[in-house]
Amino acid sequence: MNSQHDLLEVNQGLIARLIDSFKRAQDSDLYYSFRRSPVIVSAFIITMIMFLAAFLAPWIAPHQTLDLKTLDLMNAYLPPAWEPNSDPNFLLGTDDQGRDILSGMMFGLRISLGVGFASVIVSAIVGTLLGLLSGYLGGRLDSFIMRVADVQLTFPAILIALLIDGIVGSLLPKAAYNELKLYVLVLAIAASQWVNFARTVRGSTLVEKNKEYVQAAKVIGVHPFWIMVRHVLPNVISPVLVIATLSLALAILTEATLSFLGVGVPPTSPSLGTLIRIGQQYLFSGEWWMTIFPSSALVILVLAVNLLGDWLRDALNPKLR
Amino acid sequence: MLAFIIQRLLQAVVVMLSVSFVSFALFQFVGDPINNMVGQDATEAQRELLRERLGLNEPWPLQFIHYIGNIIQGEFGLSYRLGIPVEDLIADRLPATMELVLVSAFMALALGVPMGVYTGLNRNSWLSRLFLTISLIGISLPTFVIGILLILIFGVWLQWLPTFGRAGVVDLGWWTTSFLTLDGWRSLIMPSITLALFQLTLIMRLIRAEMLEVLRTDYIKFARARGLRNRAVHFRHALKNTLVPVITITGLQIGSLLAFSIITETVFQWPGMGLLILQAIQFVDIPVMSSYLVLIAFLFVLINLVVDLLYFIVDPRLRLDSLSRGAH
Amino acid sequence: MTTPAESNLLEVQNLRVDFPTRRGTLIAVDDVSFEIKAGEVLGVVGESGAGKSLTGAAIIGLLEPPGRISGGEVRLAGKRIDNLAQEQIRQIRGREIGMVFQDPLTSLNPLFRVGEQLIETLQTHADLDEKSARKQAIDWLAEVGIPSPEVRIDQYPHQFSGGMRQRVVIALALCANPKLIIADEPTTALDVSIQAQIISLLKRLCREHGTAVMLITHDMGVIAETADRVAVMYAGRLVEIGEARKVIQNAKHPYTLGLMGSIPTIGDTEEELRQIQGSMPRLAEIPEGCAFNPRCPNVSDRCRKHRPELQSVDESSVACWLFEDAAVPSELS
Repeated sequence: MNSQHDLLEVNQGLIARLIDSFKRAQDSDLYYSFRRSPVIVSAFIITMIMFLAAFLAPWIAPHQTLDLKTLDLMNAYLPPAWEPNSDPNFLLGTDDQGRDILSGMMFGLRISLGVGFASVIVSAIVGTLLGLLSGYLGGRLDSFIMRVADVQLTFPAILIALLIDGIVGSLLPKAAYNELKLYVLVLAIAASQWVNFARTVRGSTLVEKNKEYVQAAKVIGVHPFWIMVRHVLPNVISPVLVIATLSLALAILTEATLSFLGVGVPPTSPSLGTLIRIGQQYLFSGEWWMTIFPSSALVILVLAVNLLGDWLRDALNPKLR
Repeated sequence: MLAFIIQRLLQAVVVMLSVSFVSFALFQFVGDPINNMVGQDATEAQRELLRERLGLNEPWPLQFIHYIGNIIQGEFGLSYRLGIPVEDLIADRLPATMELVLVSAFMALALGVPMGVYTGLNRNSWLSRLFLTISLIGISLPTFVIGILLILIFGVWLQWLPTFGRAGVVDLGWWTTSFLTLDGWRSLIMPSITLALFQLTLIMRLIRAEMLEVLRTDYIKFARARGLRNRAVHFRHALKNTLVPVITITGLQIGSLLAFSIITETVFQWPGMGLLILQAIQFVDIPVMSSYLVLIAFLFVLINLVVDLLYFIVDPRLRLDSLSRGAH
Repeated sequence: MTTPAESNLLEVQNLRVDFPTRRGTLIAVDDVSFEIKAGEVLGVVGESGAGKSLTGAAIIGLLEPPGRISGGEVRLAGKRIDNLAQEQIRQIRGREIGMVFQDPLTSLNPLFRVGEQLIETLQTHADLDEKSARKQAIDWLAEVGIPSPEVRIDQYPHQFSGGMRQRVVIALALCANPKLIIADEPTTALDVSIQAQIISLLKRLCREHGTAVMLITHDMGVIAETADRVAVMYAGRLVEIGEARKVIQNAKHPYTLGLMGSIPTIGDTEEELRQIQGSMPRLAEIPEGCAFNPRCPNVSDRCRKHRPELQSVDESSVACWLFEDAAVPSELS
């Protein structure tokens, strides 16, 4: 009936909230602690540079490593530019196929971040939804969801992702599987992470549910869906944001690990983990740059995102600790 | 107490049954087991014979019961890839993984707990800051990168330690161990450090957080107000109260060590369960995959049971109202 | 200014406690002076946040960082204790000054038997073997009125009711025979029916052992019943201090009067129940002049600009400009 109107109101409410929180941010502890800490500022800058490098890779990468036609085996095994017998065209050296390591890293980062973001978004949406339902409706559904969450929490993310990947891989025919592999990977990582969101959102929902204004909204017959969207959801946004940041770091790690194990992204779209796996084989013959540079990029990215997440959690939401 | 244990055991049985069902379903619905066992050129009669012998013509609930019965007797079927009974494969690989996990768990706990307690008690000392900085890096370092770095430094550049495999193994008949020879220990060092490092930082951070939490409580304030010595306040009152989460963490940690051993074993070509399951996933070797699933679930359930019992010993409050706690 | 006298057990002089924050330093206890004589019960009243508990914590050296003593002195039997090293102040805690906290449910460590907690306290402060420490512990449990102490000593805190736990807490605070007990809202968390029991227990034990008490509370009724002298705190400052009977019957400071308003007085049938308007300012927003001025019914320009010091008025001390000439305006008596 008036859901159109409701939606409009929700939007206005959200926008007003955003503007308000932006104004508060100027004077807030958040902004203060951000500026105070050079570590956080550098983490932020590094993260932004990595995001940009990944996003703009097709335009700014020195070599199009994904285009097999540009490869020249004559360029294989070149060390970084500052070492003897190198080629200044390949700043960080080349791999066994003559691919430029730096460009490969930029495209790899693109895949890593893409998979990371996608799986965090999926798990955040699913987790938040289940948490809201669980907290608001309670009863059997609640105990079922939380029981599953409990059991799943005792299983490490990497194992869950690995098993889901393995099971789906065995259910689908090989060709279809390779095509769908990226999506399966995103779903597998998301499935290993929804619990954190669901638990936090459920907790906030339980608190919010018993407040007077929610009770009042109930009494005057507002549909539970709108109560959740308008009253409960805004209250869980900041913890969800914190968890999302920390989950992003974990998702990137999980993807890299799976790809390193050879069950992650398909070989046609190599991520940082794939590069590290390929490079690892040449560790013993002295071509350390093939694996060390992608590894460093991965570690720095995850460290920066973790730092941001830790800081966000401490500054934004002391409750969460 | 007894009621609590029975309840937990029942829960464990339910979890085991559902996991067994999933792994049974894998068997049932993924591909044709007969196709995987006999070659393409087997005759229809041969197939039918095998089908009959394996009980594949029976209704599925009956097959499920057979499956469970087999698992209980330790029969997990034949590996598609290797044609060897899975239980033999597991018996061959299990000691390697268990020893690796054990050594790593010991390292992580023996270092992580004292470091966590220290950083919790001395929040602002330079050593605490150092530990915390290292731990943040440790948590951001993927296991395989740690392994690669160790191999590069100690294996390739310094050439101090072997970079792969499990050398110096002594066969005890029912178990193979690397604890009895120097070579065994030498090849165990890098894999176990690799596996332990992440857990160590995790344990340290959790113990620290828990310690800070406990130090804020009223009973610690009151213990101080009674004039108890710092040693008694910190190591008697505070530490015992952080023990409950430590137990949980240790339980969870052994679980995740099992999972992360897959990575470590890949990096160091350590011939354990992790390498086995990884190859099984790549080759869609269903019997190995489903057995691994059942075995891992069993280990997790076992660990959780032990953790629950330990709670009981540590926390007197649970001994009375265990029933009401167990209920939710 | 108070003059230190020999008979004073505890002397607090110009005590100042502050919290450095990034928006400036918050002064939580500001220039507070009082003394407690041996065996005396001093009641400290005020709304929550007035600085009562922090004063107690500062005396015993248990301020939580970043809180710190930034001025003044605390003397116990003539000896300064506010600048002692950690180990020295620890030896004073429990043995010289005991402390009872508000919530008996959380004051006892849940993982240790009641007896273990008593015995360790006894053994910390006196050289006792296990057997005699246990015997003393049982005696103490009996003394605080716990039935069948030989059985109860081996039980865990969760097996005791709230009132019984507070009795255990009192035994723990008194067992090393301190000369002073700081009781921080000892009955607030308890049922009303049990409050009176605990207060009279504390009173009786302290009288028997000659222990002085600093009783921190927001309940004027408890003060009237228990205290020899009373100190009224507002926004970190002492606004009135004097003999309990006098302060209660003849309160001077408008804030004390307001607190009194909640206790109906027999005889004054025409007096209406007073109520203090508004609420106590937050630490960061303490107004200039007298901290009470925005809520005071008798406020003047002077109160808004200048801060009144404590001064003697009829045997009590009051910090209020109304009494500058020691002439009591009639409408306030």
